[in-house]
Amino acid sequence: MTVGLEAFLMLGAVLFAVGLYGALSKKSAVMVLMSLELMANAVNITLVSTSRFVTPVTMDGQFFAIFSLVVSAAEIGLGLALVLALYRRTRTIELDRIDELRG
Amino acid sequence: MVSRVPETVNAVAFGVLAACIVGGAVMVMVTRNVVHASFWLLEVLIATAGLYLVLSAEFLALVQIMVYAGAVSVLLLFVVMLTLRRREDAVRSRDASALVAALAVAFGGMLVGVLYGFPVPIVAMPEAAPGVAEIGRALFTRWVLPFEIASGILLVALVGAVWWAGAGGGDEL
Repeated sequence: MTVGLEAFLMLGAVLFAVGLYGALSKKSAVMVLMSLELMANAVNITLVSTSRFVTPVTMDGQFFAIFSLVVSAAEIGLGLALVLALYRRTRTIELDRIDELRG
Repeated sequence: MVSRVPETVNAVAFGVLAACIVGGAVMVMVTRNVVHASFWLLEVLIATAGLYLVLSAEFLALVQIMVYAGAVSVLLLFVVMLTLRRREDAVRSRDASALVAALAVAFGGMLVGVLYGFPVPIVAMPEAAPGVAEIGRALFTRWVLPFEIASGILLVALVGAVWWAGAGGGDEL
């Protein structure tokens, strides 16, 4: 029994949808960042599997995935630093309680 | 031990890893404890590293383990613990939202619909999977400019994160 590229693309789509749900529905800033990681992970799975089945010699997708990994590592570091700064300012990380700009 | 790269992947290995990934992602969503959620996220990331191994991307699997399992999840746990004032604060409401669920299902359905008919080009598989040596060679020749830009991004992010989390970003109102 074997599977081809389609199965990996389906897995990436499902994982991305789950992450999208979390990123839009969660009210804790840390949970939103975790959901963003899930979405980045889904994209990386798609990149690596496409690389394996479409460009197996030059591995283009793998290099895209390496750089996307760098960017998402930077994103999570900066995001968590922002959450900490936010916490020190407002003493909360609940996104619906941070409404200073509401008119 | 040169083995020809098969054009498909073992379904059992894929099924187990895919179940771990999707199940873990769903558990991140449904668990009410933030600490549990970050451990489920760690499980998803490690299962993804396994998927990279199945896809014969050994270097990426190693990087995934080091960067995500090693650094990102520790960082997440640190921030979870620094922003909880009481132990009970870790348990939260589930934040379920039918509207967002419908949106996510619609978006995922659209992705599946588009990707299901994706015409996969038939390519000749190489005799042996390119190893870490080939990746290193390509990284420092063909991809050297993105590589240097990536190191610049990491440096800027490092300085920015230190500034935000440290003295600069936390001025009391």
